[in-house]
Amino acid sequence: MIHGFRPRSMPTRSATSSSYSSSFRRLGRGVASLALACAVLVTVAACGGTTGEEASTGADGGESGLPLVFGAFATPLEEPWDGAIHAALESAAEDGLIEYQHVDNLATADEMESGLRDIIANQEPDIIIGDAFAAEDAVRAVAADFPDIAFAFGSGGEEQAPNFSVFDNWMQDPAYLAGMTAGGLTESGTIGVVAAMPIPEVNRIVNAFIAGAQETNSSATVTVSFINSFFDPATAKQAAEAAIAGGADVLFAERAGVIAAAEENGLPVFGMMVDQQAEAPEHVVSSLLWDMRPTVEAIVESVEDGSYEAANLGEFSFMINGGSSLAPFNTETAFEVPADLISSVEARQAEILAGEFETPVDEEAPAGSTTVGE
Amino acid sequence: MDFPLLAVLAATLTIATPLVWAALGALINERAGILNLGIEGTMYAGAFVGFLTAVTTGNPYLGLGTAVVAGLAAGALMGLLTVTLGVNQHVAGIGTTLLLVAACDFTNRLLFATGTQQAAASFERWFPGLGVLAQYPMTFVAFLVLAPVLWWVLRSTGFGLRLHAVGENPEAADAAGIPVARTRYAALMLGSALMAVGGSFLTLSLLGSFTLDIVSGRGWICIALVIFGRWKVWPVVAGALLFGFTDALQLQLAITPMFSGVPNELLIAFPYLVVIAALAVWGRKVRYPGAYLTPYRRA
Repeated sequence: MIHGFRPRSMPTRSATSSSYSSSFRRLGRGVASLALACAVLVTVAACGGTTGEEASTGADGGESGLPLVFGAFATPLEEPWDGAIHAALESAAEDGLIEYQHVDNLATADEMESGLRDIIANQEPDIIIGDAFAAEDAVRAVAADFPDIAFAFGSGGEEQAPNFSVFDNWMQDPAYLAGMTAGGLTESGTIGVVAAMPIPEVNRIVNAFIAGAQETNSSATVTVSFINSFFDPATAKQAAEAAIAGGADVLFAERAGVIAAAEENGLPVFGMMVDQQAEAPEHVVSSLLWDMRPTVEAIVESVEDGSYEAANLGEFSFMINGGSSLAPFNTETAFEVPADLISSVEARQAEILAGEFETPVDEEAPAGSTTVGE
Repeated sequence: MDFPLLAVLAATLTIATPLVWAALGALINERAGILNLGIEGTMYAGAFVGFLTAVTTGNPYLGLGTAVVAGLAAGALMGLLTVTLGVNQHVAGIGTTLLLVAACDFTNRLLFATGTQQAAASFERWFPGLGVLAQYPMTFVAFLVLAPVLWWVLRSTGFGLRLHAVGENPEAADAAGIPVARTRYAALMLGSALMAVGGSFLTLSLLGSFTLDIVSGRGWICIALVIFGRWKVWPVVAGALLFGFTDALQLQLAITPMFSGVPNELLIAFPYLVVIAALAVWGRKVRYPGAYLTPYRRA
């Protein structure tokens, strides 16, 4: 019994009318609370992430003999960054390398930590892969508690012995090549970049793009708009429109929304993370691609042969290791991409792949407007 | 480089359009005494349902139609919670927003998995190349039809006066024979339909595609705009234009060489600072509708 609880006396018959209506009102409120509770439940169920079981035939993880990899993502899978990791893990599962399950939208450090502990207690995964940007301390604490499980997380920090490895989207190589192409395509001499926010992961891609533009166009101006959000395509489009108003005639869509502006204005545009050619078949020249498959394979191999230790896996995202690339040039564009431009970009790409050219890495925030020669 | 003022003005109208639709929807709700914090979710539902229909049918007009239906349904849900059941309006509104956003995200994943963005048929700009006039159809409708018609309806029609009566003094309205609950339901459904149209502007006009978090807080800005505009049509429209102008201006200044030394964060905060400053100056001593936040029960 709850202390202090006193059952109310039964209403007497003489008070029926008013107490009937007031208890009806209470009932109404009860129904309302119930409805709200249901709403909240549905919301939690939908927000709290879906546990994917694609391609995980033997759900107990041990029968197939394949290592069980669990994806633990801070954002919904629709976010391109985590989407790229998820896609690589799914393809590895389809190829029979791993068993794969995942949970997404562990948006806060608390959710990430309790999610990880829950996964470990119930699924006993061999490997956990995810992104730690919003929950660096929490993820590292969990990893320290379970030294027998391999943790590999997207992170701007260092690896942590014995079992916490880090990776990142080191896409400066394709960014440089896209910048070269953009520099060769611009007629106005101005190129517009629309990006999320000035953080190192974004800055080094934008700076490599600017460096590439400088190689083919030594007097180009590159404008850089930050929308301060990972997801706000409407603002990204307005930022692209502002770049166009400022004279840009080639765009780089680090974020969604920019391609729509390029298509409407009939301008060349470069996509990001996945090949976005289908979104504007006549205007997307190429896209910067991130392939997490080499990173995943490196982790799985070392776990399987027992040699796994904490490492910085960043290099597996470099172009030379197959971790990033420039999508094939679109041959159906509404404008001409000069053949000699393509061949000079391809020559540079061959040098990168041969290890003869190293794209400079610069993580300083780029200015809103940079004239490359100065 | 000359500063492209015309482009900033054109962008002002585009950025203000979804705000005008949704804020005028919120104004109708609040005139009837109901703060509808379901606005963010209702815009989201309008954006998603409109997009979904346009993807399946290839017709943005049908998308607009289903967005309206989604808005009517969201308004009816808010009516059930706040009018019929008398639930706390803050709780009901936030709950509606959470529910609608989650339901749309869930459906989006079921239908499209996590693959590439689907492109929907969308509205084309009218008068392309004509500077400030190169706008989407719903922008013209917002400023030239919606705002004047709503101004007239609220001021000069029986419905407008009944709305005012139930929002100011539902007891008196009831005594005068005005059906309070029915009027509030009508206000919620009409207002929510406008919010949904505002949300669908993002998918059906601006982008032709849907991504998570597409509304990105625009609904909350509208709640502030209604207070800024003191529940009057033209001041609310002016507030939306002010916000649109400052946002367009900061996007342009950020890439203008002369201003590229100004910290990015300051420029991005600029529109919000202006709105907060405007609220601080004109938003004091506001007189809320008399029955604001209060469910009506016959004594």
